[in-house]
Amino acid sequence: MTFEYSGAPESKAIVTIDPLYKLFIGGKFVAPKSGKTFTTINPATEEVLAKIAYAEKSDIDKAVKAAQDGLKVWSKMAPAERGKYLYRIARIMQERAREFAVLETMDNGKPIRETRDIDIPLSAAHFFYHAGWADKLEHAGVGENPKPYGVVGQIIPWNFPLLMLAWKVAPALATGNTVVLKPAETTPLTALLFAQVCQQAELPAGVVNIVTGDGATGAALVNHPGINKIAFTGSTDVGKLIARSVAGTGKGLTLELGGKGANIVFEDAPIDETVEGIINGIFFNQGHVCCAGSRLLVQENIQEELLEKLKRRMSQIRLGDPLDKNTDIGAINSREQLEKITELAISGDTEGAERFSAACTIPAKGFWYPPTFFTGVTQAHRIAREEIFGPVLSVISFRTPQEAIEKANNTPYGLSAGVWTDKGSRILWTAKHLKAGVIWANTFNKFDPASPFGGYKESGWGREGGRHGLAAYLKGAK
Amino acid sequence: MVTTAAALTDGSLASIKGFLKTLSPVDQVGADARAAMLATRSIKTASKKWAIDMAISMIDLTTLEGADTDGKVKAICNKAIRPDPTDPTVPHVGAICVYNDMVATARKHLDESGGGDIPVAAVSTAFPSGRASLEVKERDTKDAIADGATEIDMVIDRGAFLSGDLEKVYSEIVYIKSLCGDKAHLKVILETGELVTYDNVRKASFLAMAAGADFIKTSTGKVAPAATAPVVLVMLEAVRDFYEMTGVRIGVKPAGGIRTTKDAIKQLVLVKETAGEEWLNPGLFRIGASALLNDLLMQRQKLTSGHYGGANYVTLD
Repeated sequence: MTFEYSGAPESKAIVTIDPLYKLFIGGKFVAPKSGKTFTTINPATEEVLAKIAYAEKSDIDKAVKAAQDGLKVWSKMAPAERGKYLYRIARIMQERAREFAVLETMDNGKPIRETRDIDIPLSAAHFFYHAGWADKLEHAGVGENPKPYGVVGQIIPWNFPLLMLAWKVAPALATGNTVVLKPAETTPLTALLFAQVCQQAELPAGVVNIVTGDGATGAALVNHPGINKIAFTGSTDVGKLIARSVAGTGKGLTLELGGKGANIVFEDAPIDETVEGIINGIFFNQGHVCCAGSRLLVQENIQEELLEKLKRRMSQIRLGDPLDKNTDIGAINSREQLEKITELAISGDTEGAERFSAACTIPAKGFWYPPTFFTGVTQAHRIAREEIFGPVLSVISFRTPQEAIEKANNTPYGLSAGVWTDKGSRILWTAKHLKAGVIWANTFNKFDPASPFGGYKESGWGREGGRHGLAAYLKGAK
Repeated sequence: MVTTAAALTDGSLASIKGFLKTLSPVDQVGADARAAMLATRSIKTASKKWAIDMAISMIDLTTLEGADTDGKVKAICNKAIRPDPTDPTVPHVGAICVYNDMVATARKHLDESGGGDIPVAAVSTAFPSGRASLEVKERDTKDAIADGATEIDMVIDRGAFLSGDLEKVYSEIVYIKSLCGDKAHLKVILETGELVTYDNVRKASFLAMAAGADFIKTSTGKVAPAATAPVVLVMLEAVRDFYEMTGVRIGVKPAGGIRTTKDAIKQLVLVKETAGEEWLNPGLFRIGASALLNDLLMQRQKLTSGHYGGANYVTLD
């Protein structure tokens, strides 16, 4: 007999999902003017979870107006008082952490281990961190008399729904802005639970407004004349559209876009921990991570040994029910995303790269993709250039540190990179030459509210987190 | 693939150093993180029941006190044979582990009480410090084997290891192994709490395996920290890699600090997800413990009956 883990599902009992969610405007849940709705599903089971209000231009008008009204209260409030509200929100998020974790896992498909240990604690941490800044902004090194933009429109993606909300809302509120936030179409539920938290914290009406919908809803928000700044996280294509729309309007803009991160492994790397770092770099959150280590650049003389270890480790990955506490890799967030991953992976096959996939049993229902890597990939392959946003790794070899840098930087993106070596001087040399906003040394995908995050080139404008992230919400900040 | 462990080094300092240099370094932060992640595995129902019985059968039930007497040793022998006298389906433990002067008592009592298939392990080579001449260590080992020990838990000379005298560490293991011959299995105690770094743990593991260890063991139980999860992780990676090199599977024995069922199950998760299922048997994984057994028995009773019986429903020893 072998040691098979019995099912260990987290109970869904803690979560109450309403059949219909309205828009959160001016501190109240209100029906959209058109009465239109759309549905959100559990990508692991394809079951409908809830109907969600669909916001159109007239609803955005209402939300922006509410945010402008909210601004009158919020911007006049003593900064220390604003901080108190943020602390209160952070504490409530901690108290309701399990509820958030279960709901996020159901709506997104990511494993409960990640929502429980990463998404939700980090979200609360962002509110705690920014709560502390609220009354210390003149000491943040961003100018003597920093002023908020006013009403900020925020559009967030489906890969870390609550965490991206926290990254956006916490600094905006700490700096005295009010927000109209649009969560992603496929993952609105934790944002709407957050709206309930805002009510529970007695946040003044209009400070946070949440409007649900699709791309057209987002476009209406971006183009609304009452918005003073746009903050967007999502694809580079949409980011470019937004940049064009905002150009010349005087609106502030920050963009967190795509990536094709290079995870660089030198011959003297601590190999077992490197394998863990590669796994974490590309299979964390099913690879739905803009800063994923999706290109493995490995020194040619250790490639064979490293890949053997990687294959063995990948055979241990547990794919399946995201609510099971032992699941390592959950469901792909949507059918559309699964199709995109599948199409790009097939291009790897047809362009002559060699595929290895872990032998996972794929559940009958839902959207799934097995952890996969391709060898024999060169810079010319589509899978080396395009963001896959799934659990698919492209392995590229190099011979010298200079070659590693050239290949790592040879991309329109520049969000993240990793360096694996036992040699401190090589870490510093490599980091100095990499064109990436975040560089991890002997680790990967580590996040902290105090650490600024953002990209070079087509990976984005501006930073989120830390002092640099505060500056993105302060007008004329240096 | 090298066919024998002996081919890895000829025992000279240059050769040992050369061999250990081929090993990949260990990143402490990464190893700690991996061990912490594996500690979050949730082991329930049928898998928990299986794990509890497996853990019981892996225990080296240990008493290593200055106050040990014949009576105490006989008592733990009885406990080893029938851990739960109310339930004959409970397996017997992996071995009894005692000081060398208690080996004869333990062997005789086990044989007379229906525990003939339970081996006796003796701690050896001037346990726990290892600070004695090779002659003393030799006599220590020979006495234990003559009295019926079929497992020798020797300590390495940590002072020699830390000062760089790897030849001494290696040659002592080779020599004690030659005394064991085919009469006893050799477990080599690294005392990881004194080696401190994971790089040292990895090096010492390979040194011991190359010198002929059948098992590598974390600790004496007399030094803290003892069998921490990351240390066991590093040692399990070492035996897995050694098997890749030589085709020989070496056992691992964490000892010290494993007191609860939860701790023991975490160890089994580490084994499964690091070295692999092949190591999940008492021939390749042992847990040095004393208090652990009763916690496993209480959890087993809870799974069988649905409620906790409490400390007085398991026998003291």
